[in-house]
Amino acid sequence: MGITTKALLKSLWVFHLSTGSCNNCDIEVLDCLTPRFDVERFGIKLVGSIRHADVLLVTGSCNRKSAERLVKLYKEAPQPCLVVAIGECSLSRGIFIPSYNCPRPLDKLVPVSAYIPGCPPKPEAIISGIVKLIQKVKGK
Amino acid sequence: MIKRKEVLADLQTRFKKEITDIFDKSPHRVYIDIPPSALVPMSRYIFQDLGARFNIASGVDTRSHIEILYHFTIEDINLLISLRVRLNRQKPVIASLTTVCEAANWIEREIHELLGVDFTGHPDLRRLLLSDQWPDKVYPLRRDYKEWDKGAVRDRGVK
Amino acid sequence: MKKTVIPIGPYHPLQEEPEFFMLTVEGETVVDVDVQVGYNHRGIEKLSELKTFDQSTFVIERICGICSTSHPFAYTRAVEDICDIEAPMRAKYIRTIIAEGERMHSHLLWLGLAGHFLGYNTVYMWVWKLREEILDIMEIISGNRNNYAMFKPGGVRRDINPDDIPLVMKKLDKILPTLKMLYKAVRDDPVLHARTKGVGVLSREAALDFSALGPTSRASGVARDVRKDTVYGAYHEMDWEMIVTKNGDVYDKVAVRILEMLESIKILKYCFLHLPDGEIDAHIKNIPPGEGIGTHEAPRGETFHYVRSDGGNGPVRHKVRAPTFMNLPTYKATIKGAKIADASIILAAIDPCYCCTERMAVSDTKGERLFDGRELIRLSQQETLKWKQKLGAVEPPLEKLTRGTL
Repeated sequence: MGITTKALLKSLWVFHLSTGSCNNCDIEVLDCLTPRFDVERFGIKLVGSIRHADVLLVTGSCNRKSAERLVKLYKEAPQPCLVVAIGECSLSRGIFIPSYNCPRPLDKLVPVSAYIPGCPPKPEAIISGIVKLIQKVKGK
Repeated sequence: MIKRKEVLADLQTRFKKEITDIFDKSPHRVYIDIPPSALVPMSRYIFQDLGARFNIASGVDTRSHIEILYHFTIEDINLLISLRVRLNRQKPVIASLTTVCEAANWIEREIHELLGVDFTGHPDLRRLLLSDQWPDKVYPLRRDYKEWDKGAVRDRGVK
Repeated sequence: MKKTVIPIGPYHPLQEEPEFFMLTVEGETVVDVDVQVGYNHRGIEKLSELKTFDQSTFVIERICGICSTSHPFAYTRAVEDICDIEAPMRAKYIRTIIAEGERMHSHLLWLGLAGHFLGYNTVYMWVWKLREEILDIMEIISGNRNNYAMFKPGGVRRDINPDDIPLVMKKLDKILPTLKMLYKAVRDDPVLHARTKGVGVLSREAALDFSALGPTSRASGVARDVRKDTVYGAYHEMDWEMIVTKNGDVYDKVAVRILEMLESIKILKYCFLHLPDGEIDAHIKNIPPGEGIGTHEAPRGETFHYVRSDGGNGPVRHKVRAPTFMNLPTYKATIKGAKIADASIILAAIDPCYCCTERMAVSDTKGERLFDGRELIRLSQQETLKWKQKLGAVEPPLEKLTRGTL
């Protein structure tokens, strides 16, 4: 694998985006940074701009207004940028499949590298998912 | 402190010509049917003189007409008054309630874009929730709403 | 107004996108705001018509994650209003326990975020660690940290195991002294007073005109609380106070929320100790045609659900109104005339869903965009630093809280 991918595995900088979610998954992502779970000791940091991010964490069922924003944001991200779908809404939209305002699931809009199911997934599950992603990238 | 019976008797005498039906459901719920023209004067009386709080308005598309219920709460006696107006389904029009209270502003924008009701006198009747790509004159909460988006994916993606 | 985007500084290259709050400024003062919503609109009211009454409870829970219990509570009360049935007493106590537990975790979450916006990052981390204790309690009782799935029309779905209660009471006793210490720290910190007193005032008349709800209205002197105005749940079984203050500024909103947490602990302890025996479900067989309205005091204000049934399996119409729908327009009244550095804390004081506050933007009257949401938070934190230096290099009492506790 290339040197950029190797470098990013040392310390992941994540950017978090919600595309029309109930915020439960977003709160659990923030919970990972608080003292009980504390992912900052692994070098994972939440950044304020997509330009600095290695990983894009997406929650929410991609409703029409947010989907435009998501696609634009993904185009601005420096490659390689891995997309992680967190929560049932970003996996397949779950209960919101018949909704008139949620037409397409996340993986039809951007390529997704990891899926973390749950409603919401517990912080332990989110950390485990990120670890699996790192192993997957290393193993390539 | 004014009592529930007095409030209802007062409304019935004051707006005797306008009220077409009163359904006294329970000690805390009252549903009053009125014509659309009586909405603003009656709401003004309930909001300003009785000191009620404007709760929300809920629009319903029954297949024969469009109904809007305006809910007001009088906290001191724990009474929820719902005023029901019936509008013509082909051309639903009613006066805006923003002249009575500012709280009606957003809900009228929402009913306008989801049900197609026109609120005359509203200061700013643009879209609240739906995106700009949403086509005009397509109202999601109507009974005859059909899927217009050809690219929508409606299965779970599992073969 | 035509918008021209100019990339600003080394901090954040701006992205072209419609923002939630477009503030228009002249110099340092905000003159107008345009609020745009719709980023979370998922068409739940239409979805509810496709489900049965029981299934709808699960959809409704996912309207908002932070106040996820308040929606099923109001919805089940609406369905019970159609049938004119009340849940049994034990179910009412359990419902109250879940609702108050949620109020505590929601207010603690809000307190952490308010601390972050004001630049007290230690408070942010520390309060969220305290919040984990509450989530542990909820996990012991219901099995999940957030979406509890305890409500159904007619009662509750699961019972509370009496063996869990001593452990839960111990955890509540552990939280109480730290909350009291937090209240004293907020009350005595001069920098916090300088940042929040007199800032973002919502007058009593405006609170009545906008029909503001919850702590937003109680801080402005309007004494409204569904738990006191309506008899439901177990709220009328014990003594507790409704917290009302009269200034309507950000400081009052902080104080109201902290004091409400202390009252919530009182209610929780009473409910656990006096849980009556009996059924937990009224076993509603079918819902007759009719209309019902249910309300509940969520952490942000009154939640309102209107359900119409025609005798079939599911609702024919389900109207949902979250409290933030009435509170968010009050931002127009509180932000005019305020400084840019206070914009994020004034918005946070209304307590909207947190991802709203990420997406603020500021433009001047000519339409040129100046700052974005994260820049505004940074401005707010810098303002606090300025006050800390102005009032002397005394270590603020809030920083003492991190030593050795928890």
